[in-house]
Amino acid sequence: MEILTWTYLLVGITFAIYIGIAIWSRAGSTKEFYVAGGGVSPLANGMATAADWMSAASFISMAGIISFAGYDGSVYLMGWTGGYVLLALLLAPYLRKFGKFTVPDFVGDRYYSKTAKVVAVICALFISFTYVAGQMRGVGIVFSRYLEVPIEWGVVIGMCIVFFYAVLGGMKGITYTQVAQYCVLIFAYMVPAIFISMQLTGNPIPQLGLGGSVADGTPLLDKLDGVLTELGFAAYTSGRKSITDMFMITLALMVGTAGLPHVIVRFFTVPRVKDARISAGYALVFIAILYTTAPAIAAFGIYNTIDSTSEKSISQLPEWISTWQKTDLIKVDDKNGDGKIQYVADQTANELSIDRDIMVLASPEIAELPNWVVGLVAAGAMAAALSTAAGLLLVISTSVSRDLFKTFKPEISEKKELRIARLAAAGAVLLAGYFGVNPPGFVAQVVAFAFGLAAASFFPVIIMGIFSSRINKEGAISGMITGLVFTIGYIIFFKFISPETNTADNWWFGVSPEGIGSIGMILNFIVCVLVSRFTPAPPQDVQDMVQEIRIPRGAGKAQDH
Amino acid sequence: MPAQNEKMKAYWRKNLQTLFVLLLVWFVVSFGFGILLVDQLNEIRLGGFKLGFWFAQQGSIYAFVVLIFVYVARMNSLDREFDVDEE
Repeated sequence: MEILTWTYLLVGITFAIYIGIAIWSRAGSTKEFYVAGGGVSPLANGMATAADWMSAASFISMAGIISFAGYDGSVYLMGWTGGYVLLALLLAPYLRKFGKFTVPDFVGDRYYSKTAKVVAVICALFISFTYVAGQMRGVGIVFSRYLEVPIEWGVVIGMCIVFFYAVLGGMKGITYTQVAQYCVLIFAYMVPAIFISMQLTGNPIPQLGLGGSVADGTPLLDKLDGVLTELGFAAYTSGRKSITDMFMITLALMVGTAGLPHVIVRFFTVPRVKDARISAGYALVFIAILYTTAPAIAAFGIYNTIDSTSEKSISQLPEWISTWQKTDLIKVDDKNGDGKIQYVADQTANELSIDRDIMVLASPEIAELPNWVVGLVAAGAMAAALSTAAGLLLVISTSVSRDLFKTFKPEISEKKELRIARLAAAGAVLLAGYFGVNPPGFVAQVVAFAFGLAAASFFPVIIMGIFSSRINKEGAISGMITGLVFTIGYIIFFKFISPETNTADNWWFGVSPEGIGSIGMILNFIVCVLVSRFTPAPPQDVQDMVQEIRIPRGAGKAQDH
Repeated sequence: MPAQNEKMKAYWRKNLQTLFVLLLVWFVVSFGFGILLVDQLNEIRLGGFKLGFWFAQQGSIYAFVVLIFVYVARMNSLDREFDVDEE
């Protein structure tokens, strides 16, 4: 069968599964809508968290970025996994014991202030919207590339699917759909990786294959270092970024991960504190399977690309190069007219340009796998994009219905609240779809900054709220605002106001806008502590609550309110 | 209940000690081995890997997974020891 037929078939089957699950598990109460009834098993929650977390960017782009960044790509690998350690140790168990539905809920209660809660809602909405707009664009691109429809139609199809199960099923529908989506995406990622690893290194486990040797007996990574330096690039295993910048970006991504509202909210869905701890562990296991495979795909991809093109004549190119040339993701331009291809660092002489997304998308063809595997990778990429978009939409709808409406109109009935939550989800789908079709030029850049903002706004006040009973509302509010304003200001200055000055020489302390969230976080901590010291201590009942959430016993009761 | 309070303080202290040790390891394997000491560690080889590069791209991730499971085991036993578990 043709690739397109296989794609339609596999994507159709997986969509039918997701929709079936959504109907089977649709939410009847607000509790089911917000936290899936609080009865999800830790293993299922771990899988759902992994799917929620891994977006189209993780699935398609990450390996490609690492291919071209080499060692510098490690910031994403360490940053996006190390955050789970912080989540598991510092946040998940305590927030679960606290037993409400959202992060602003916690901030509002712990800091006994509607103002603090509203600031938290604004942070949550801001983070989620920047993130979801990027996701919807991703959904559109994935759909259009695989189903061969215009991007606009791709976005619309994606909106319909997400609308259906997020609006109908709420957290419960999303959780079980995400379990299915995880299985699809990890299978789709691993199949080509295993085959390429076998072909290049003879080792079926890609994680080990990365350290294996190629046909002539040299270790793959040494070979790659040699070839790349010969062509004028930096060696694959050494860095180009400064140590300070590597450090700050990694920290911002870790802390941002731990502060992302759509990830935190997943730990409210398990029955016990114990389960919240272990489900962060399961989530990281499921994430680590993909994240330790990605550096292997990255190295294999760049090695194969150079090996099969460099100094080859144009007629000798492997078939996958010419297939992808049609999509403009690979461009060949024989500048010196010698009939051969030169891939070199010097841009004026380089004759081959490669889009970084190729590394995962073309992997089935590089390994000469059958057409159904290409269809499978398409289904996996869509699963990754849709699951993240749905998780974010849920945070948006919960923020609107619960954190805004319920705070100011506490008397509304549960039925009405659920209707508002669904309406808000629908509104969010439409808005996200609009941004998907008409992307503001900065979406791609802004997604990475959602992390910086999460790091600079949420993380410190949640940590301080749990680990210190002395921090008060004045401290929390001024801390959040300081972190947010500083981080946004720095990013806007270098990315939008004066992008031409965005170089290492002009950065404060050599920290790039990608890593500035770390500084924002530190400022938030400092302001939070200082302001709290000079203002009155929180009331006794709040201090008692802080003591209470540190002890696991009694979590079951806290959940019903 | 002063006796109860003392016990909770001891529980919290042990919890913080656990966190401190685990977060120290977390910092060392990622920021330490993967970034600050990467050049020194790259002199050492682990099969086809340079050690610093391995920590940055794979080793730290394996360590993170282990850390969370150690934490879960340690906290579950602390919960039982201080009789604050959910059973």
